[in-house]
Amino acid sequence: MTASGTFGYGEEFMDFFDIARLGGVLVKGTTLNHREGNPYPRMAETPKGMLNAVGLQNKGVQYFADTIYPRIKDIKTNMLVNVSGSTVDEYVETAKVVNSLENIPGIELNISCPNVKEGGMAFGTSCPSAVAVVTAVRKVYDKHLMVKLSPNVTDIAEIAKAVEDNGADSVSLINTLLGMAINAKTRRPLLSTITGGLSGPAVKPIALRMVWQVAQAVKIPIVGMGGIMNATDAIEFMLAGASAIQVGTANFVDPMVTVKIVEGIEKYCEENGFESASELIGAMEV
Amino acid sequence: MKKYVDDFTVIENQRLNHEYVVLTLKHPDRLPHMMPGQFVEVKVENGPDTFLRRPISIHDIDAENNTMKLLVQEIGEGTRLMGALNEGDKCNLVYPLGNWFSLPDKKDVLLVGGGCGIAPLLFMGRHLKANGIKPRFLLGARSADGLIAIDEFKKLGEVYTTTEDGSEGVKGFVIHHPVMRTQQPDIDWIYTCGPEAMMKVVAKYARNHEIKCQVSLENSMACGFGACLCCVAETLDGNKCTCTDGPVFDSTYLKW
Repeated sequence: MTASGTFGYGEEFMDFFDIARLGGVLVKGTTLNHREGNPYPRMAETPKGMLNAVGLQNKGVQYFADTIYPRIKDIKTNMLVNVSGSTVDEYVETAKVVNSLENIPGIELNISCPNVKEGGMAFGTSCPSAVAVVTAVRKVYDKHLMVKLSPNVTDIAEIAKAVEDNGADSVSLINTLLGMAINAKTRRPLLSTITGGLSGPAVKPIALRMVWQVAQAVKIPIVGMGGIMNATDAIEFMLAGASAIQVGTANFVDPMVTVKIVEGIEKYCEENGFESASELIGAMEV
Repeated sequence: MKKYVDDFTVIENQRLNHEYVVLTLKHPDRLPHMMPGQFVEVKVENGPDTFLRRPISIHDIDAENNTMKLLVQEIGEGTRLMGALNEGDKCNLVYPLGNWFSLPDKKDVLLVGGGCGIAPLLFMGRHLKANGIKPRFLLGARSADGLIAIDEFKKLGEVYTTTEDGSEGVKGFVIHHPVMRTQQPDIDWIYTCGPEAMMKVVAKYARNHEIKCQVSLENSMACGFGACLCCVAETLDGNKCTCTDGPVFDSTYLKW
């Protein structure tokens, strides 16, 4: 799958390859109302990674339903919508609209965006607030409910368990790590928001550790992500316990990376005697 | 315009001075159609810290020979690695990206560039000339050493220069050149690319004299094709991506 906020609505990549070859596309963070996002500059390259502070720029869920959905609904893959909000009510209202869209088989509840002042990550960093938003959305949303977890916590497994117990069908992790960068020459921050979300290969060891920890704690499927650049990285996440993976920042560097990863996993299975990639899930030998 | 990802071959790396090189890249087959103002995203290999591609303007196109020229200013690790590419090296590009300059509806055209911002103006100058419009160029730099590729511009039209230290051309910034000082300029259209401060004064001058002005922005970006939403510019219609809605904008559309 492709990670939300790194693959647009899928359309941006159609010149490069047939996106129906992917397991799924997470369309970018959608909120109840239109959001302009944060001021420029929103991006800073860091060693083997990048910080972003986009701030959930989107035109709101109704615009998505009216304008984007008709364009993407017939793409032959799982088109999932990443849903975010500032209040529990906003999450609920947004999920209701997406629930009515026939060809959207699931949502990814984003309780982990570090780039908005209110809501977002605040919901994903404590068990009671994570439970509150998942419980409320579960009541109005009857298709697949994936919950995207924040790494900016002391114990991610505890949050994963809490959302599992309250109706999540799967968890995806990790969202970006809160970070910052300063230009020593100008003595100014590189992002307009000072802090932003770190992604890319720099975060991979942390992501892998968290996937493994969550895999010990929950029974629902885990969708692993964080710095996956190639098939080997993807396989490592599966060995740690992920049932599926998302590729994010790598899409910016190589727009065809996802399809190469699909092919690479198939090749690995063939060469190593696995009949199906599902045999890799949690197959790390200790 | 359809986008591609391809390995090009470096067929020449021409060093202009201590910070600028011109790379000539050959397409493996037939170069698709591209327009002046568009850019490419260059993959930088083997950098210990680099990660993202580098967005670089198309400096010139030779459709007959299927080659593209990129003007590269070495300002960081990524561009230094590009400057170190040798003949025969492979260079992976995502291209062509962004929108392009439009042709003017009148004949008196001035192209104003500063620093590395002169890059797309050569390609645009060639495009104007091919369409029967004689371009004039106003190019600025800190000193004579920074005025690059002047001979190439001279082949296409008249070239005016300014340098901050007065080592060549008129002393000062581009806005101080006599061609932009007159109260009744003989200019109908301006195309400009360079440092934002320069483009802002050029855009203001154009607005004051009711001259149409297109600017090409150089915002930092991650993807180059509208997926990351990092490169936004503030416009009358809110935040727009420099990579897909730009890099060329009508100056009056920007909140400058």
